Amino acid sequence: MTTGKAIKTWVILGASSSIGRAFARAAATAGANVLLAGRDNEDLERIAGDISTQFSVSANCVSFDALDVRTHEILRDSLAFSDGPIGVFLLFGFMPDQIEIDVDHKLGRQTIDVNYTGAVSILSHLAPVLEKNPGSRVVVLTSVSGDRGRLKNYVYGSAKAGLNVYLQGLRARLWRTGSHVATVKAGFIDTDMTFGVPGLFLVATPTACAEACLSLAYKGREVAYFPWFWRYIMLIIRTIPECIFKKMSI
Amino acid sequence: MKPKELTITSWGQSQSAEMTAFRPERLSAVINAIREQSEDTRIIACGAGRNYGDLGMRQKGCAILSSRMDRFLSFDERCGVVAVEPGITFAELYAFTSNRGFLPPVVPGTGLVTLGGGVASDIHGKNHDSQGCLGEHIEWLDLILASGEPVRATRTEHPELFSATIGGCGLTGVISAIGLKLQKLRANAVRAREWRVKDLDQFLDLMQEHRKSSAYTVGWVDALQGGRMLGRGIFQAAVPVFVDGYRTRRTPFNIPFTCPDITLNPYSVRAFNAIYYRRVPINGRERTLGYEAFHHPLDKVLNWNRLYGEKGFFQFQCVLPDESARTGIRQMLERISNARAASFLGVLKTFGKEGLGDLSFPRSGVTLSLDIPARDEGCELVKCLDAMTLDHGGRVYLAKDATLTPERFALMYPKLDKFRETLSRYDPTGVFDSDLAQRLKIRTG
Repeated sequence: MTTGKAIKTWVILGASSSIGRAFARAAATAGANVLLAGRDNEDLERIAGDISTQFSVSANCVSFDALDVRTHEILRDSLAFSDGPIGVFLLFGFMPDQIEIDVDHKLGRQTIDVNYTGAVSILSHLAPVLEKNPGSRVVVLTSVSGDRGRLKNYVYGSAKAGLNVYLQGLRARLWRTGSHVATVKAGFIDTDMTFGVPGLFLVATPTACAEACLSLAYKGREVAYFPWFWRYIMLIIRTIPECIFKKMSI
Repeated sequence: MKPKELTITSWGQSQSAEMTAFRPERLSAVINAIREQSEDTRIIACGAGRNYGDLGMRQKGCAILSSRMDRFLSFDERCGVVAVEPGITFAELYAFTSNRGFLPPVVPGTGLVTLGGGVASDIHGKNHDSQGCLGEHIEWLDLILASGEPVRATRTEHPELFSATIGGCGLTGVISAIGLKLQKLRANAVRAREWRVKDLDQFLDLMQEHRKSSAYTVGWVDALQGGRMLGRGIFQAAVPVFVDGYRTRRTPFNIPFTCPDITLNPYSVRAFNAIYYRRVPINGRERTLGYEAFHHPLDKVLNWNRLYGEKGFFQFQCVLPDESARTGIRQMLERISNARAASFLGVLKTFGKEGLGDLSFPRSGVTLSLDIPARDEGCELVKCLDAMTLDHGGRVYLAKDATLTPERFALMYPKLDKFRETLSRYDPTGVFDSDLAQRLKIRTG
């Protein structure tokens, strides 16, 4: 917790989502400034208003698009002169229906571009800055879908699986300069992305998820599941032999 | 944005509607949700779902849930104006203001209502005599109209839209932000005087005596009593105070499931009322209560509506003009006591001036509200009370109504024509619609 307190600014990548907003509030409650990065500038302004109205911290906005590398460069440059540990919370994602991806190849590619390529690009851009600022913390919200390829979600799952492996490497790299990377694998969270999706159970609130991400980062956890019981659900799912798993429609 | 099929149920659990719900998290999503609907889809915004009747639902319609539009947008400490999104609840607003030396100008009986819903019903609080309705304190309203176009309405800009939206049951558009002027007052508790009131005459006298001098007044009435004890109850008059270090943080009790219909019967309610009545000593008492405990007594029990059983209940609330209040309230209480309806939450209170919305409920007079189980003769009883209200020149509160007829409604709300004219200008095809609007023929006449 002591090292966590030292973080002056949390950069939130994908801030205009319910989890991003909740994270901004949680970080501001802990006394950190927030830099809100996302596509919907008007909405980012409203979140910044929410944070600066409720808390005595500063909240700034920056235009960011996972698919537009130029915005990654701009964000990196704006953090280049940071002095002291930085927090980075990456939570953007794109989850179209697998059935739609199966008929639209472009959509599959976009899923990979946002969830994997976009995430790798921005983190790679930020890595040198983080290396210069020991004590920095990165939290990435990925998904339990990355643990096993399922019929209903395998393109999205494969992108998240790739991201999980990338984060393992990034963790090793940043550890050498005293910074930390936490991977949080999310189960079902009641967000914009899951609203109206049938068959969800034990759905957690965005606020609980955001607070868990922040506290896991401060605790220095490497890989965690949220909610915690997903560790065991995924343990079961991973142990099913492939010859049986392929016949299941989960 | 994906929609979700939902059954929206009224707080009274006596009405429900199958709806396609959107839950936008940002302004652009609200606009898209409105624009993308087909021409014959009807839309209504839904807040916390605390309407007792069918105001916040539309059969086969599209619901825009405001629960994720829950941000504070700005706060100007000098002039005390806070800008919020419509999904902020009164409890959240109080938590925000109380740390900054301000109070919400008006709060309803439960803190779990959203500000958007508060505007749509132009809610009143225990300080109506001095502060009026919520609408009095609104500086501006941002709305998304039927066309998907955002517009700001104030007392000078689109004034007709402003007065139609305040108390307008959500029929003018979807509220996207509210500018509210707060009361500059540091308080976290109230100093309350309580009286045990023996009958209706004493009740009305006490209310008259204190309506001008006390910031907050409210009375609880035992609706099962008749004869000499008709109108007995408890009257409270209170002023806000600041008590250093005062905290009320009690975990609310939850009713986990819908209780059997038999739970609230004349015997159990009579027993409850007898105990409740005797809580206050014969000679009255004075005590300090937490701000929220005083304003939101019902929030101590979550899902209390489940006590009324499967069929749910109606809530009846009317206001009668000062001139006819004494005879009117007496006749109503007699009628209710004869029906032996198991109502354990009767409230009597005075109102100050008329609200500024076209369909604002309050006017100077006395208001009576009661829960009536939706079984046996419940519905007939409420309809009978509706008729008695009209006979005495009063009106019924739309946020609670489920039984009113279009004819009676039109007679109760004299500014209805002005409201209709505004609707026909801003929403000519009737995109925004509710079961209440259909039942009362609010648009068509």
